[in-house]
Amino acid sequence: MNSEERTLVEILDENKIDLAKYINYVSAPSAGAIATFSGTTRDTFEGKTVVELRYEAYVPMAIRNLKSICHSARSSWDLHSIAVVHRLGTVPVGETSVFIAVSATHRADALDACKFLIDELKASVPIWKKEVYSNGEVWKENTEFLERKSELGKNDGFCRRKVETEAPDRKGCCKAKVKVEEPVHTSSS
Amino acid sequence: MEVKTEGDNLPTATPVVKDGPSVQIKVLFFAKARDITGLTELSMEVSSGSTTQDCLNELVAKFPSLDEIRHCIVLALNEEYTTESAVVKDKDELAIIPPISGG
Repeated sequence: MNSEERTLVEILDENKIDLAKYINYVSAPSAGAIATFSGTTRDTFEGKTVVELRYEAYVPMAIRNLKSICHSARSSWDLHSIAVVHRLGTVPVGETSVFIAVSATHRADALDACKFLIDELKASVPIWKKEVYSNGEVWKENTEFLERKSELGKNDGFCRRKVETEAPDRKGCCKAKVKVEEPVHTSSS
Repeated sequence: MEVKTEGDNLPTATPVVKDGPSVQIKVLFFAKARDITGLTELSMEVSSGSTTQDCLNELVAKFPSLDEIRHCIVLALNEEYTTESAVVKDKDELAIIPPISGG
């Protein structure tokens, strides 16, 4: 496998998501970390028994948005490969509806980017789910979307940038994996 | 097309249709918007210079029940989120995006 950056975005119709395929896709000898997120159908919502979820999407726009989100993630973190896949149609309880795999040299980049990708997907990618109960059904609404709604459509509002936080530069405490024995110098300065 | 006549639900901001050039756009309905209109898509002729908001006003006039979700939808023009002041062009694709729920 070559070392160039790779991104895979897929919207699947009525097929089980083959998690191994996407993990393999992002695997690379230079990537020391693979972070994944798997969204699965829950069996209850507020006490109601969920029978199944039904997903639909504005497919061409969803693919465009997802690619744009992946691009944005790359500008914020040092990533190797990204795979994002969403399933449409009926997803029975317990099965995966969305799967994200991110590889990076180091785990912090992979983990943070993975969270960013699912958060952005839920806020801005035109995919809908109807929750079907034994006695009714309802279109769900992501709170992430409702919070972002007023920004969508404005310049650059579609994809929120990573929030920059001041990370303390903690060198030397417990960070080094390789322990180096050094002679202890005492200084009186 | 089915036309509902409950006067109470008619929007107050129905655009005035002027004589002059017009443009033809395609409107897409998803999720709850599709349930309300009973349509997945619709071809619509609007006067040249119309904004996406003008189009939405006309759609609410055609489908008064759309008014109940109007405050929570967003619009996409040619597969990108847009504002209500964007002007539509001939053959544009306007999508009515109710609250999304992917994931």
